[in-house]
Amino acid sequence: MGTKEIVTGNYAQSYAAKLARVDVISAYPITPQTTIVEKIAEFVAEGKLDADFIKVESEHSALQACLSASAVGARTYTATSSQGLLLMHELLFWAAGQRAPVVMGVVNRAVAPPWSIWTDHTDTMAQRDTGWIQVYCESNQEVLDTTLMAFRFAEREDVRLPAMVTEDAFYLSHTMESVDIPRQDEVDAWLPRRPRSHILEIGKIGRLGSFMGPDLYMEFRYTIAQAMEQARRAILETEAEFESRFKRSHGGFVEPYRCDGADAVLVTMGTATSTAREVVDSLREKGRKVGLAKLRVFRPFPAKEVRELAGLADRIGVLDRSYGFGYGGPAYLEVAGTLAGGPRKPLLRDFIGGLGGRDLTPPVIEGMFDALLAGNGDGDEVTWPDLHRAEEGV
Amino acid sequence: MPVLEIRFHGRGGQGSVIAAEILARAAFKEGKNVQSFPFFGVERRGAPVTAFSRISDRPIRLRTSITTPDIVIVLDPALLKTVPVTAGAKPGGLLLVNTERTPDRVGIPFDGRVATVDATAIATAHGLGSPTQPIVNTAVLGAFAKASAVVRIESVVAAIKESVPAKWDENAAAAEDAYEKVLIATEAVA
Amino acid sequence: MTRKPLRYVEDIPGGPFATVPTNEEGTAGWRTIRPVIHLEKCTRCNVCWKFCPDVAIDFDSEGFPVVLLDFCKGCGICANECVPKAITMEREE
Repeated sequence: MGTKEIVTGNYAQSYAAKLARVDVISAYPITPQTTIVEKIAEFVAEGKLDADFIKVESEHSALQACLSASAVGARTYTATSSQGLLLMHELLFWAAGQRAPVVMGVVNRAVAPPWSIWTDHTDTMAQRDTGWIQVYCESNQEVLDTTLMAFRFAEREDVRLPAMVTEDAFYLSHTMESVDIPRQDEVDAWLPRRPRSHILEIGKIGRLGSFMGPDLYMEFRYTIAQAMEQARRAILETEAEFESRFKRSHGGFVEPYRCDGADAVLVTMGTATSTAREVVDSLREKGRKVGLAKLRVFRPFPAKEVRELAGLADRIGVLDRSYGFGYGGPAYLEVAGTLAGGPRKPLLRDFIGGLGGRDLTPPVIEGMFDALLAGNGDGDEVTWPDLHRAEEGV
Repeated sequence: MPVLEIRFHGRGGQGSVIAAEILARAAFKEGKNVQSFPFFGVERRGAPVTAFSRISDRPIRLRTSITTPDIVIVLDPALLKTVPVTAGAKPGGLLLVNTERTPDRVGIPFDGRVATVDATAIATAHGLGSPTQPIVNTAVLGAFAKASAVVRIESVVAAIKESVPAKWDENAAAAEDAYEKVLIATEAVA
Repeated sequence: MTRKPLRYVEDIPGGPFATVPTNEEGTAGWRTIRPVIHLEKCTRCNVCWKFCPDVAIDFDSEGFPVVLLDFCKGCGICANECVPKAITMEREE
């Protein structure tokens, strides 16, 4: 057993990077990520973490420093948020193409303009095509555990893909709550050193980042797609190993909550899941048959598990904490697209909410269940509940 | 116990956010589940700051701002006139104010118990902060322990020693002093 | 060095890594004109070496520049920058 301490979600990331014995950290400060890296810098300065801390002038440089270190075999970590993640965008593709198992903590923060320091998922949703594994967390314990697990599944020989572990700004990043911090020796026994394969080494000829024509580029991208497919099994196996040693699990890819006999299920991500559990309990007490499904791993997208949801309820709603100008929000798109190819066709609804730190309160979430239960196929498929409109009575 | 929701109001630089942390640590030491976080606005000294704590015997899953607090704690009495500190407060709760006034003279309506403590004087007497900017958070927490009976003063003192950056003994003494001196009115104040 | 040609998904190495060093990939075929250094005018100032974008100029034992014809792409920058105008660009045969 580790030690129970009260820490913020940000410090949970810092402890995970320290326990994972990262070799190289490079990051650039941005609210609300800054304390993650400040804490890591303290660990390094105090000799508690034997790592190289590379100070850089931007997030783009931070990820590049990590990629270069990763290319020669280092275990690397970085963290960012919002505008910083956007600035890294081209290098996110590099990381996956280079097959660098960088682990990155992202504090989900809305994107400008207008400037916002509060939470929504736009920043990481906008990176879903880059080839990174993406996991969304609902508690500080989950942030710490998932970051530790990320080093393991990202570095597996059959995966070798970068991974981002996300936490909602302020609701997790700056919220102090009890977290069990594993002991170093326990983590050492579970997390192996990064395998030294597919790296550049002194004394061996090697070139990284070659040129490739139309005759072979597609085949190369296919190998990355295969790696992401292999990540499915890798993630589940890693979680099983973690659970058997540390006795904790956070739901795998999709975690249904009280969906037995449900008339309606709401799919949620991040801290909205945590609040929605309270709403489900209170509605169930009133005799309403509702459930929720925590969508935890967004990449690789859990198509199989999402299709199983269609077997649990006839009405499925998705709470999108971002908007991508597609056919609804990004989570809805992927859920709806997955279900379109499946055997069952539940009624689907998309709820855009919680943008820019707008609080997702129990009444707002309850309203989503109401809308889901009331609809009969007509009415808007995509709605923005809790939008402040100058309508009568609103 | 159902989830207890507490809201702190102060000004940037008075230690409101750390007050919420210390409270969380104190409750944690007593084996309770806690959740403590600031409302992040534009940070600068002197700007109003709000911080929140939730305390419960069960795991706390609600992750929203606190809009209907059971307990409101005001670290700076000038805020009573400029910030709606009691907005949304649940009826029958507790309002604790750092002021030299007695509870019946606090001057704002509140449907619940009112407690007051001159934390400014106590902090100054123990040499915390400067005369123009005393650090009142630890004294306020000592008063809170007595007025609310949510945490014991021993837990508060132990948490203070872990949370404050300096003057541990003075901060602890200020808390204990406020614990003795807090005035609690038992009737609702109109 | 003969390279195994990559044609199939199964041939793709586990990352964008190549093990053929760049000094085995000549770029002489890019040229249509080549630099000719007239040593009687050369002052061994090294400017041509400094400006060559392909590091395709080396030095002989006396310090005179020598064009590495396996790598020279015929861009003409050396001739343009040469201080005593000792380099002319001439058509490849």
